[in-house]
Amino acid sequence: MANYFDPAIETASREFIREMQNKKLVEQVRRVYENVPFYKEKFDEAGISPDDIKSIDDIGKLPFTTKDDLRDQYPFGLLGCPLHDCVRIQSTSGTTGRRVVAFYTQEDIDLWDTSCARALVAAGATAEDVVQVSYGFGLFTGGAGLNGGSHKLGSLTLPMSSGNTDRQIQFMTDLGSTVLCCTPSYAEYLAESIYERGVRDQIKLKAGIFGAEAWTEEMRKDIEQKLGIKAYDIYGLTEISGPGVAFECCEQTGMHVNEDHFLVEVIDPKTGEILPDGERGELVFTCIDKTAFPLIRYRTRDLCILSRKQCSCGRTFVKMSKPLGRTDDMLIVKGVNVFPSQIETVLMNKGYPANYQIIVTRENNSDKLELLVEMTPEMFSDDINSLNRREKELIEALKAMLGIMCKVRLVQPNTIERSEGKAKRIIDKRDLYKA
Amino acid sequence: MTIKQISVFLENKPGALRKMIDTLADKNINLRSLTLVESQDFGLARIITDDPYNTSTVLREEGYVTSIVPVFAVEMPDEPGGLTSVLGVLSDNDININYLYAFTGSKKNAAYVVLRIEEIEKAKSVFISNGIKPLCSEELL
Repeated sequence: MANYFDPAIETASREFIREMQNKKLVEQVRRVYENVPFYKEKFDEAGISPDDIKSIDDIGKLPFTTKDDLRDQYPFGLLGCPLHDCVRIQSTSGTTGRRVVAFYTQEDIDLWDTSCARALVAAGATAEDVVQVSYGFGLFTGGAGLNGGSHKLGSLTLPMSSGNTDRQIQFMTDLGSTVLCCTPSYAEYLAESIYERGVRDQIKLKAGIFGAEAWTEEMRKDIEQKLGIKAYDIYGLTEISGPGVAFECCEQTGMHVNEDHFLVEVIDPKTGEILPDGERGELVFTCIDKTAFPLIRYRTRDLCILSRKQCSCGRTFVKMSKPLGRTDDMLIVKGVNVFPSQIETVLMNKGYPANYQIIVTRENNSDKLELLVEMTPEMFSDDINSLNRREKELIEALKAMLGIMCKVRLVQPNTIERSEGKAKRIIDKRDLYKA
Repeated sequence: MTIKQISVFLENKPGALRKMIDTLADKNINLRSLTLVESQDFGLARIITDDPYNTSTVLREEGYVTSIVPVFAVEMPDEPGGLTSVLGVLSDNDININYLYAFTGSKKNAAYVVLRIEEIEKAKSVFISNGIKPLCSEELL
């Protein structure tokens, strides 16, 4: 049996959803034109006035917002309301040193919490459940989003944050957690730790919501079998709000987009043209009722397919596939976004040549990031202490930039694999996007 | 008064040293001394040869990163306490040693110590005033 958090909206007719989106989009376009100088300039440049946008059919007339725009407008350039109306920020890494900071009004938080509450209900949670939130808390949206959703639903919420596996398992058994929210790789790790400790029969989990990184169907089956639960995917990004932009239902064949808040399109990443349902392209979102950080046609760089086939769960929201890849070279390591350009920035700041290779592996269900840097005559000296010190400084600078540990390995010159004269910068051995 | 020692960057993996040694052998370069220092994931080979500039050029052409460092080589008697006089002179004059290594050569009853000292000029004058004569590379047999 399917359950809904907002049955009237989640199962509304397409006409109803369309009407609501039309109204919200028209208002939002007018609001950003009047309140965000960046958008006024951008619309003017494109020769678009808010009057030209009469319905969601006109969405294609609006210019895109890109990750570079976020970088250029940091920190306040995209604010859609006075700063004193904002109650929170969340943040994620940018493509270089500059982070993305997203602002929220209380209403923005409420709609985000609601989006997460819908995801929890779709995974079978009710107010009777005990929800263990083992995503990181802090600037990362994972913890805050599911925590808020669980509160909204009225479940008992365990704001565990990530790490400290012993405590995770102890609370899980002692407090009888029934729903687990974390990254899929951490779920795998927890599952194995539970086995190792021989406490599999003491856990009461029935479902898990796992997102913030790519995972395969094989991983899903493995987690489901090991923990005896149903494992659900969830999608989101800080720029649009956080987890809960889209969520999986009992059918487990894609994620329903919360279309009353987020208008979704799939475009050809080269031409920018809107693609029909069923075609693979870049996912683009427009926040149609957020106030503080109202992004218009934000290009996510995630490759996806949309489907409007009727879903057996009864929800009428469009479904998006799992991300099938990226249009850029972003990596997600331990749930954290990593851009090679960030690593280049650190190398340059520290006086290293930008001749490097990133190797990502998954060992014991934990992502490992290793950076190979070619030694140069300028960097080299006979003094092993100073070589070690420099290496340590580099590791610390990378940690500060990326937010996660990155192992550094100094290698001999010209040993980093080059194809057609161009070095292969990223080797991702995890193979996460296979169908 | 000092000898040119070549330091070579090596990755810490099987075969890395052998490859370097093969490179030198191919060019008919003989090693007077070789020591290895290892760090977590890389190593340093410190070598002394007859012609440091030629050796260094050969290695660079093969893609190695090298650094030439002046070191002192001192002959000492090959007997218990042979190192005492050299170390005593340095410690009496408050001179620090970064590292050293010692070995014997083909000369009977003689041993050699190679010292890396940062205060080169001070060490030179202290050696001279104490009657210790550091060797040049031809003398290192």
